[in-house]
Amino acid sequence: MTFLSSLFKRRSSAPVARDRLQILLAHERIAVGDGKDDLLAKLHREIMEVIKRHVAVDQDKVQIKMDRGAQCSVLEIDVEVPGLTDRAENAKKD
Amino acid sequence: MAKVLVVTSGKGGVGKTTSTAALGAALAKAGQSVVLVDFDVGLRNLDLVMGAERRVVFDLINVIQGDANLAQALIKDKRVDTLSLLPASQTRDKDALTSEGVAKVIADLSKKFDWVICDSPAGIERGAQMAMHHADMAVIVTNPEVSSVRDSDRIIGMLDSTTEKAKAGEKMEKFLLITRYDPQRAARGDMLGTDDVLEILSIPLLGIIPESPDVLKASNVGAPVTIAEPESAPARAYTEAARRLMGEKVEVTIPTERKGLFDWLFKRRVA
Repeated sequence: MTFLSSLFKRRSSAPVARDRLQILLAHERIAVGDGKDDLLAKLHREIMEVIKRHVAVDQDKVQIKMDRGAQCSVLEIDVEVPGLTDRAENAKKD
Repeated sequence: MAKVLVVTSGKGGVGKTTSTAALGAALAKAGQSVVLVDFDVGLRNLDLVMGAERRVVFDLINVIQGDANLAQALIKDKRVDTLSLLPASQTRDKDALTSEGVAKVIADLSKKFDWVICDSPAGIERGAQMAMHHADMAVIVTNPEVSSVRDSDRIIGMLDSTTEKAKAGEKMEKFLLITRYDPQRAARGDMLGTDDVLEILSIPLLGIIPESPDVLKASNVGAPVTIAEPESAPARAYTEAARRLMGEKVEVTIPTERKGLFDWLFKRRVA
């Protein structure tokens, strides 16, 4: 690291702490609420129910990721569905 | 009818017991009759901070279980005669704190005192819930540090949902007490500022207690800082906070150490 970059690198840590807290607490207030269900767990469960109603999926083949941002959060659900491709191809053939 | 105040924080080690002792003593010095109740069953410390550790005979659990009456268990402070202490049990389990038992003790104390100040244990378990359950108002002790602020937020949520007042649909009065504050580090941007903490937790500010060696000195000798070093910066901050609790409008400032010319000269000479 050069002298100049180390000189400019020094930035105060308090604003970082404030921003991290604001994002974290915005989510925890929803999630914890007044002891009600965790929002994420609920979403997970209900989405799984809907998928299971139509296709048989393996629990291990479901990936759920949450990316929490200040403005918006992304709930990413990755479901590996077996058999669908075959059926689609069969449908094309017919 | 007394005001029932809980001093709570979620996180441990932020200064709940120190603040309970200092605020209680400041209120008592202002002429109010005050009882401090230690809810930290199993890990009591308020007796030690108050310098009454050798005078404990009966405790809160003894009173709840009917082994002793309130008059036997209450310890009167030797320095301020309107200040009393109800210690926690050191040997019993938190489960001995029954809801009915605690309700009765608080109701009985409310008849005798102007202020019933409950020193909550850390955490969100039974002891902490019992300490806040019957409160009319709460002081949330917070250090300008991420984990403390997060835990305070959680405690504020509990105060607004699990307490008797919340369940009755009434609003719990909540005040923020920022402790161990270092104005210089905050100015450098290396510590959360009071504005940051206030913006995040959004409850009214009761006071800012500056970091000071006087707080440790006071607990070393077993006295609330407002009694041991009443002119010190933290003691003045606690005294002003106590006046705000009594409803006085006092502008919040951060007291600084008063260094007289004599102190200064003396220090130079010794060094």
